[in-house]
Amino acid sequence: MTSSVSVRDLNLSFGPLTILDELSLEIDDGEFLVLLGPSGCGKSTLLNCIAGLLDITDGQIFIKGRNVTWEEPKDRGIGMVFQSYALYPQMTVEGNLSFGLRNTRMPREEIRQRVARAAEILQIEPLLKRKPAALSGGQRQRVAIGRALVRDADVFLFDEPLSNLDAKLRSELRVELKRLHRTLKNTMIYVTHDQIEALTLADRIAVMKDGIIQQLADPRTLYNRPANRFVAGFVGSPAMNFLDGTLVEADGLPAFRTRDTVIPLDGYAQAERLEPGRPVVLGLRPEHIRLGPEAGNAPHRFEAQFELDEPMGADNLVWLRLDGHPLSVRTETVDGLAVGDRVPIAVNLPMASLFDAESHRRL
Amino acid sequence: MTTSLTATPAAVDGPRGRKPRRRFTPATIMLYGVLIVAAVYYLLPLYVMVVTSLKGMPEIRMGNIFAPPVDITFQPWVTAWDSACTGLTCEGIKVGFWNSVKITVPGVLVSIAMASVSGYALANWRFRGSEFFFTCLLFGAFIPYQVLLYPLVILLRELGIFSTLTGVVVVHTIFGMPILTLLFRNYFASLPLEIFKAARVDGAGFWQIFLQVYLPMSIPIFVVGVILQVTGIWNDFLLGVVFAGNQNYPMTVQLNNVVNAVQGVKEYNVNMAATLLTAMVPLIVYFVSGRLFVRGIAAGAVKG
Ligand SMILES: Nc1ncnc2c1ncn2[C@@H]1O[C@H](COP(=O)(O)OP(=O)(O)OP(=O)(O)O)[C@@H](O)[C@H]1O
Ligand SMILES: [Mg+2]
Repeated sequence: MTSSVSVRDLNLSFGPLTILDELSLEIDDGEFLVLLGPSGCGKSTLLNCIAGLLDITDGQIFIKGRNVTWEEPKDRGIGMVFQSYALYPQMTVEGNLSFGLRNTRMPREEIRQRVARAAEILQIEPLLKRKPAALSGGQRQRVAIGRALVRDADVFLFDEPLSNLDAKLRSELRVELKRLHRTLKNTMIYVTHDQIEALTLADRIAVMKDGIIQQLADPRTLYNRPANRFVAGFVGSPAMNFLDGTLVEADGLPAFRTRDTVIPLDGYAQAERLEPGRPVVLGLRPEHIRLGPEAGNAPHRFEAQFELDEPMGADNLVWLRLDGHPLSVRTETVDGLAVGDRVPIAVNLPMASLFDAESHRRL
Repeated sequence: MTTSLTATPAAVDGPRGRKPRRRFTPATIMLYGVLIVAAVYYLLPLYVMVVTSLKGMPEIRMGNIFAPPVDITFQPWVTAWDSACTGLTCEGIKVGFWNSVKITVPGVLVSIAMASVSGYALANWRFRGSEFFFTCLLFGAFIPYQVLLYPLVILLRELGIFSTLTGVVVVHTIFGMPILTLLFRNYFASLPLEIFKAARVDGAGFWQIFLQVYLPMSIPIFVVGVILQVTGIWNDFLLGVVFAGNQNYPMTVQLNNVVNAVQGVKEYNVNMAATLLTAMVPLIVYFVSGRLFVRGIAAGAVKG
């Protein structure tokens, strides 16, 4: 695999304010990379740096092996789609699509062909003569994607392209984007703070916080083996449960203790190398805890108190209290539980995550 | 829920449908009172001017200025336009009218063009020192004319354009710049930045973005700018007197010469007609573009 976009030691400051610091990122040819992170963490800033819309303070950017650090946006071989569509309001859809091509003085006939092809791919042919004001949100976003498409760019940059759309349209366009990526096989960098979008679309996800990439991994690894507590808490909905406690030794085996509850780290990868006495945080995803009869004859069972349940359609999110800690559990059935009832639970420890209480790193 | 609501008698007997409005509350009486007084205050002089300009001198001498004309005559208007005496010559106010046109049209075009481009550059192409430049402009908007008058006279004399049409156009452009640039900068700064970025990715440069993307989006603010400048330059007296030179005196200056002519009897009807003729251009501009003006002001001038 050759690298398609390569960001090396990127530094960006607005005056005294440093947004991105020593950021490096290698993106493979044809890869769909998602930048995920909370608001204000610098995702758009990174994208704008790659696009050449912001002057970087230090570092280098390569696209297709070419050093484009000082190049103008138009010379970088990129297409960009913005959150607010950013269509030119006084031009027709056709004008919007062809504006970039007209600026390169491309022959008319070729412009026509490219616009026609993009319109066909995105199914916006009937709209070509309309102005953006006469389009729906989904149609506008298609046109915005089309504008990137006609440029035959090597790299597509998306800055939260779906976040202005309603939930249904968003999931439709999400599938379409994935299909588009399949057919075009371009490199795509996609900014979002919607983790469902990230998990469904990405080949790899870079989770960012405060301008630093916290973890860069494929969606499965990211979900199952988060590199630190931030990633663990940010990815996944409903969110992961965190229990504060210490590492102890119980019956000669490593275990996790919080107050009076001792959870043997049975099945946690390489649990034996952890030294006892260390303060840690145990992270448990709601779907990795079994409840009531499902806990069945698991070797280690614990008792928790039922508090309330939230039906979520396909399943339920049940809130319990384990030794004073709130704990959410995802389960299919909740039958006849009343507040305060004691229910047995079992924990799927191979899927759990342990973090150091201070560095928040995964152990 | 719904059944229990309809079953309660209170819900049936209570208020329902559109809330009734009282016609004559103290507030509305006050409001209309003030508006009517204000309207009369402004319209009465206008009324007097119009009726006086349509009377002959004998009728005016009878002294009732509010009475409508008995014998309507348009002679004062013709005289004012064509043969009223302005100082030494007696060619009417038409000379001044054409001078004003010659000053206003290029003045408006040049100042709008320059201010819109500077405003766009300030809003979208931050350059080294652009903040400083902007602060200077802000400052410039509040410096009184009179302070700059003498230095400008010297400057124009040195450039050899003192007492010429070019000179007065240049001066109007200079004085229009601060406020117009501010107006345009604020408007352009309120446009979504992503459109600008998209255009840059699409390979458009400084002028292409301005002419093909921003200009079509900004008609209202251009209308505002044109109205401000047309009325400003047309109504100007001071700069015209100082910089235009005798042969180029704008209409306002000539009007003054007509009205304040010392020799002969005062022809009130001619004076009124000349004044109305002078006021005609700004009036027409306001009537034609009032709606656009308000929309443009609301769209950008007050924001950002
Ligand atoms: N022109 C600027 N001057 C100063 N600070 C800026 C500027 N633009 C952005 N920032 C700061 O940079 C940080 C990162 O902004 P950025 O727009 O990249 O966030 P983001 O991750 O895209 O967030 P969101 O999800 O809300 O879009 C923010 O803290 C923001 O306040
Ligand atoms: Mg952003």
